[in-house]
Amino acid sequence: MEAHEEKPIIYTMENKPIVTCAGDQSLFTSLYTSLAQQLPRESMEWRRSYGRAPKMIHLEANFVQFKEELLPKDGNRALLTFPFLHIYWTDCCDTEMYKASVKDDMLRWQSTLRLHGSVDWLIVVVESEAKKKNKTNILPRTSIVDKIRNDFCNKQSDRCVVLSDPLKESSRSQDSWSAFLTKLRTLLLMSFTKNLGRFEDDMRTLREKRTEPGWSFCDYFMVQEELAFVFEMLQQFEDALVQYDELDALFTQYVLNFGAGDGANWLGSFCAPVKRWSGLLLRRPIDMEKRELIQRGEASLLDLRSYLFSRQCTLLIFLQRPWEVTQRALELLHNCVQELRLLEVYVVQGALDCWVFLSCLEVLHRIEGCCDRAQLEANCSHTVGLWTYATEKLKSLGYLCGLVAEKVPTSEDLNRTVDLLAGLGEERPETVNSLQSPYKKLNEALSSVEAFEKHYLELSHAAMEMYRAIGRMRSARLIGKSLAEFYMKKGDPERAEGFLDDSLRSYVAEGWRLQVTHTRKQMAECQKLLQQTEDYLQTSALLAGDANLTEEERKHFCQEILTFASQPPAPSDQTVALSMAAFAQLRQMQFSPPGAVVHVGAALQLELRVRCLMPVAMQVEQLAATLHFSLEQGGARGRAGSAQRRAGHGPQGQGDGVVMFPQGSPLAGAGMGASLPPALELYEMQDRSPSDSSLTSTGVVCKNMHLLLRRHDSSASLDTPTAGALPAAVAVDDGAQMLRARDITLQPGDNSILFTAPTGEPGSYTLRQLCGSVGRVQFVQSHIYPVVQYEVYSQEPQLTIEPLSDNLLAGIPQKVTFTIATGHYSVKKGDALQLSNTDSMPILHSSCCSATVLSSTGERMGESALSIQSSEKVTSISLPPTPPYHTLEFQLEVLCHIPPTPFKPDIERLTNGEVRHRPKSHSHVDSGMINIDQKVSIDCPWSIYSTLIALTFYVPFKAKHSILSAGKRKYIQVCLQNVSDTNFHLADPVLTERQPTVSMELLSLNVKTQQPVCSQQSVFCLWEMRWAKPLPLCLQCAFSASFAPVSASDTHTAFKPYRYEFQLDRVSTLYSLKAEISPPSGDQHCRTGALCGLEVSITRQAEPSETEGEEEESTEIEGLRTTKLMYEVVDNSSNWAVCGKSSGVVSMPVAASATHRVQMEVMPLFAGHLPFPNIKVFKYLPHNAVPAIQPDTDSCLENDTISLLDKGLDDQGDTASIRSRGSVHSVGSGEQQRGLPMPRLEPFSPGQVFYWSQGRQVLVLPVTDDHVMEVNVT
Amino acid sequence: MAVCIAVIAKENYPLYIRSVPVQNELKFHYTVHTSLDVVEEKISAVGKAMADQRELYLGLLYPTEDYKVYPSHMIIVYYTPVCIFFLLIENILLYRHTRYGYVTNSKVKFVIVVDSSNTSLRDNEIRSMFRKLHNSFTDVMCNPFYNPGDTIQSKAFDSMVSAMMVQAS
Repeated sequence: MEAHEEKPIIYTMENKPIVTCAGDQSLFTSLYTSLAQQLPRESMEWRRSYGRAPKMIHLEANFVQFKEELLPKDGNRALLTFPFLHIYWTDCCDTEMYKASVKDDMLRWQSTLRLHGSVDWLIVVVESEAKKKNKTNILPRTSIVDKIRNDFCNKQSDRCVVLSDPLKESSRSQDSWSAFLTKLRTLLLMSFTKNLGRFEDDMRTLREKRTEPGWSFCDYFMVQEELAFVFEMLQQFEDALVQYDELDALFTQYVLNFGAGDGANWLGSFCAPVKRWSGLLLRRPIDMEKRELIQRGEASLLDLRSYLFSRQCTLLIFLQRPWEVTQRALELLHNCVQELRLLEVYVVQGALDCWVFLSCLEVLHRIEGCCDRAQLEANCSHTVGLWTYATEKLKSLGYLCGLVAEKVPTSEDLNRTVDLLAGLGEERPETVNSLQSPYKKLNEALSSVEAFEKHYLELSHAAMEMYRAIGRMRSARLIGKSLAEFYMKKGDPERAEGFLDDSLRSYVAEGWRLQVTHTRKQMAECQKLLQQTEDYLQTSALLAGDANLTEEERKHFCQEILTFASQPPAPSDQTVALSMAAFAQLRQMQFSPPGAVVHVGAALQLELRVRCLMPVAMQVEQLAATLHFSLEQGGARGRAGSAQRRAGHGPQGQGDGVVMFPQGSPLAGAGMGASLPPALELYEMQDRSPSDSSLTSTGVVCKNMHLLLRRHDSSASLDTPTAGALPAAVAVDDGAQMLRARDITLQPGDNSILFTAPTGEPGSYTLRQLCGSVGRVQFVQSHIYPVVQYEVYSQEPQLTIEPLSDNLLAGIPQKVTFTIATGHYSVKKGDALQLSNTDSMPILHSSCCSATVLSSTGERMGESALSIQSSEKVTSISLPPTPPYHTLEFQLEVLCHIPPTPFKPDIERLTNGEVRHRPKSHSHVDSGMINIDQKVSIDCPWSIYSTLIALTFYVPFKAKHSILSAGKRKYIQVCLQNVSDTNFHLADPVLTERQPTVSMELLSLNVKTQQPVCSQQSVFCLWEMRWAKPLPLCLQCAFSASFAPVSASDTHTAFKPYRYEFQLDRVSTLYSLKAEISPPSGDQHCRTGALCGLEVSITRQAEPSETEGEEEESTEIEGLRTTKLMYEVVDNSSNWAVCGKSSGVVSMPVAASATHRVQMEVMPLFAGHLPFPNIKVFKYLPHNAVPAIQPDTDSCLENDTISLLDKGLDDQGDTASIRSRGSVHSVGSGEQQRGLPMPRLEPFSPGQVFYWSQGRQVLVLPVTDDHVMEVNVT
Repeated sequence: MAVCIAVIAKENYPLYIRSVPVQNELKFHYTVHTSLDVVEEKISAVGKAMADQRELYLGLLYPTEDYKVYPSHMIIVYYTPVCIFFLLIENILLYRHTRYGYVTNSKVKFVIVVDSSNTSLRDNEIRSMFRKLHNSFTDVMCNPFYNPGDTIQSKAFDSMVSAMMVQAS
């Protein structure tokens, strides 16, 4: 390898393949310039062996004079000095001259070449016109070339080329140049292919021998690098890089195999202790020093790696891939450290750090050297790893050399530093003049504490900036945290705080527990140094409750708090408020009673379950929850209901007064809250119309919207009480109302604390803050969520009276319950209810009446006797003493008298002077029962006003009466219907006259004195009237009977009277009506279709009495008093056809036994026993004001009155019906009669007309059968 | 094989993290946490192509040479000189019946830290580890008693992870 030493110049990057030139040197010199210019102008395709892809290649060459020394000797594999082509130049055109000298020279050249086995040669014959002109005796020009070809190129005629007039600008010259160049390129490539192929084969053979004992990696390295050099020379950097990568991989594999126990001998040299750690050197294309070390087999692992990487770096930069350099650099550095460990190479402590640090900076410098600023900034992500690595290494060096401390380094540290610096050696000449060289930096950094700090901060900040720029915030924070550690070591906690805070925040936000604990511990240390008492205590509290710490550590932090708490308070600040979250977690609250709705003054207890996070039992002097009181007045009853619902609908409320506090996932404690939004709490909402509770709208309501929609800012919230003061909300609210528990010991874990809630005033109480005091320290939870609240209501005393059964029945004594809800009123001894007595509803009291006292929860408290005093007007019930918010119940019997029917309006004065409201009675729609609203006026002790309470009674019976006649005899029937649901016994029905007249006697026809009346059944009673004197016009009767429920035990005393009064008018029979149907003359029976005679005789039965006479319309005609009657024959069942007029008016003389007969003709329409047609009689009252209407003549009377009648009957003026019914004769006169005053018709009272023929029938035969039925029998 | 296995929730908090040896837990937590930077970078770089891509494997992620400082005697001990991080983005769709009936797309991340001195580990083996991890994680998710977002406390998952971890000698 002496060649290298002789010609070091070849190691510049300007290397070109060598081409030797023999022959006419002056000729070549003249052509050299154009040749060197034109050779690389066109590219050639290089086809390569082993299936490698062909490449287009621009050839260049280094033309040197041929010397025999240039030819490679055997075994020399140096490729760079290898002449790839030998050219012989001549311009001989003279045969003589050729034979004389040139040929011999050529032969010599050839033999030298052959001797060295070189077959890559070319003979160039240059022809020029000038030479031809000078020499006249020239042979044809081809002859020289032919001769040469004959002599030398015995089968390779292409080895000799002609170059014509190379220095002239002619087309011939051009053509010959291009032919020559093509030939030259082709031959060069052929030579490359051949020689490189041979070289590669040799190399591969060598590599295969690597398992042989004598094999050396360094030797092989040199060989393969030779190939890399050639590729580089040919500008095939990719191929060159491949060679180095192969070497790299081979070496790595050996190291790994060594690690696996398969050691190679040659590796021994690499296992030598590392003595130099000067870092990478990337400024030179080839680091000859290292290369020589490798060549001599003296290189250390770091040397080899450094050299290899410097070569790779050079090639990558040629390939314009600087970012791959940084990536590979990082890999290399990691790998080297790893390999040294694996090979168990002894390295001075810190030496590797130096090496890595220098190398990182060197790579970064190299990259900066070949890229502009913009490019660098855009590719931070590639360089930042190196920056970080360098920072880490510098930091560890700093720690190692005692530079990170408040004190100056010790002598031991200084010795170590000197040792490390010694290993760096001298600074390389390349960087001596550079102020910022890595070497200088390291030297300076290790020289003093201040310089170290400067460099370390510079690097750290640079790395952090880059991380920030590319958005790797976590990495940036990690560097920040390591900076903070540095500052803490330097005793500079102010600067450390910011970094720690930043890191802690991010860890808390992302929920990494271990980091949080670790950083928080550092933070605590920092805060302690800074004397930020409050923050320190807060952090201590968090740490004391941190399960990731050991028990001792937790106790230590807990003790810190306790120590502070027990110190006498400084005059400046009294207490320190800390967040409760670190101290304890709320688990649940439970109200007792569970409804959380109580009346004023009632006992309400609140059980709070707290998980204390402290490692030791804590003495809490006071645990207080402030209450927010809002006065919400309203119907206490209604509010109670809504409050109940609210409590039950709470997020975790189960309706049993338990409020569960949501627990953040145990994983991150407070941190999770920040990273995960709280779950949606959705509830169904229904809006009902207040009047009829129909649904008006419905929807979904999000209850924790304020949590979900709040700004997620980074400012400190209670969840992350890491830094700074706690938010102002923690300011302890000195609310007047508080839940308080004093001197509690909170054990680690779950504790239960019982509070007694104040219930002094009505309103709603909401728990706002929870505050536990331990000496000077207060633990405050500023919000309690979900909302915990309870309601206190105040209730007015209330009295209600309710029946025991569904309905109260009038007439029989029944029990009603008096219920007194005492509300806020306390019933004292001597308080009494004053009931105003009414006649219609007496209070039936017995002495053995007792009252029950119930508590607000319905518990039976006691029973005491009631004393009831009754005076004429007032019933006084003295109540037993009852505490407030209790219920007093007792029962009394009341009786509502059934008012006689029909009721008479009577306004009476009540005993207390009020106008008595007449009991209203109206028909009960459902059952047909008549009800009576009975109002009771009660004076209650708690009010100056009387209370009116309405009770509704139902009358159990309904009575009807009717009068029945038989001729002159009269009967009264009373029908009593039981409309209630109860069965009764009815006894002693009696009918009396209210103003008894001697003349009349009522004879009872009832057999039974007592009979049952079942529900919804009726009983009929009958009396006959007998009288001596003429009856009065109006008869007042009263029906009375006794009734008792069937179920009543003591029937005799239980019988209660029932009375029914009625009035009968115009009882006596005035007329009797008799009808007779006579068959047509000569016939025995009526026949269908045959007219029969109907004779109606109306007979006056009695002399009208005085009173009656007034009422009866009578006219005096010629001294004879007559009344007019109208009769009408109506056959509704269509059995009869009335022929002729069916109605008429007759004048009846007012005299007994006066009879009027009317003859009519009727025709039966059917055969059989036909009932008589109906005959009706009305009083006919002609209109007094119109005398003209008075019938004057008998003849015309009938006709006229009928039409009038028709009008009169249908008083409502239904003309359609008039017309239809309308008799034939009324059509014409109907119009003129309209508008005229009309006579009136008035029906008789029942009983005034007795119809004799009621129910009579007459036999009607069918007409004689004229039809003959022929029956043929065959 | 692996020295640390972590399952990280969409919101970047650990659902599961386990490492051997235990005393270096904190360091692993820091490393895994920091590696999330690169994870996020990769995810955003891959961007929308991820959606239809079935390949969830992100490959070698975050090589580092780490060391541990014992503050007591200031000796630098090289622990795992090169840790190799592999990452898989968990992208299974979780159909769960919730009250509100929405579907979450869980972007759960898996991180495996491998001791780089273990050179025999091939890419394929890392992939198969991820596949196992993924399957086991899916099982955990299918547990009706598991609440997505909670830390994983499944014994089956734990034993699977144990099997993949090298037992520190």
